[in-house]
Amino acid sequence: MTRQDEPLSRTRRRFLLEAGAIAGAAGIGLPRGSEPAAATPASMRAAIRKIVGEAPLNRGKIKIDVPALIENGNAVPFTVSCESPMTESDHVKAIHVFTEKNPQPNVISVQLGPRAGRASVSTRIRLADTQKVVAVAQMSDGSFWSDDVEVVVTLAACLEGT
Amino acid sequence: MARALINVPPKAKRGEVIEIKTLISHTMETGFRPDNTGKPIPRDIITDFVCKYNGQEIFRAELFPAIAANPFLTFFTVATESGTLSFEWTGDSGFSATESVNISVE
Repeated sequence: MTRQDEPLSRTRRRFLLEAGAIAGAAGIGLPRGSEPAAATPASMRAAIRKIVGEAPLNRGKIKIDVPALIENGNAVPFTVSCESPMTESDHVKAIHVFTEKNPQPNVISVQLGPRAGRASVSTRIRLADTQKVVAVAQMSDGSFWSDDVEVVVTLAACLEGT
Repeated sequence: MARALINVPPKAKRGEVIEIKTLISHTMETGFRPDNTGKPIPRDIITDFVCKYNGQEIFRAELFPAIAANPFLTFFTVATESGTLSFEWTGDSGFSATESVNISVE
């Protein structure tokens, strides 16, 4: 029985693959070019520079926790946490989150102190496209640490009518 | 007045790190969406959130249109003393909401 079903399911699979390829080639999905005020990787870098200034941006310490594949970009569970003892002399002062292709690069900026106990924040964000999300932590000693993740968004947030 | 939900453990041990969850009803209109006549809908978002522990600021967040509707925020603090945690949201077109909860620390 199962052997008989096989050719059918194989054709179905091939059809889905081909349909996907055609949709991809035709650019169905996201009207990327028509987004007028989209943040570009360059404007995201500018927004990060505005926070960081001339200080070097190190990788590590901070970690983004977000699903790699997002079905609905309108509300994406998002957690960012940073390794730190959170003492008076060594704590996370601020965490900033940026995106590459949302209409605006900034997502959220939080200010913490030693009384936070743990440098971790969760929220729900909007993602307008498959893109890179960057988090930057500012430490009490003035150093900056960052992490970035690539996320795939199948249904984009608030693009209706564009 | 917007409806807000706060989740804080009612009791905690001194020095314990506690989790604070907040949720407030708000559309968070981005300002990037057109209405059905094609005109952009003006931005209407919550821009600032502050949490104070017995009057002292322990957490502050600046929100942008990329925060989903009904902003949900979870963060942590050290339970230092019994008292009140107060929360304040402010935003576009004069939006303002406050909420407070009591915590007993032993």
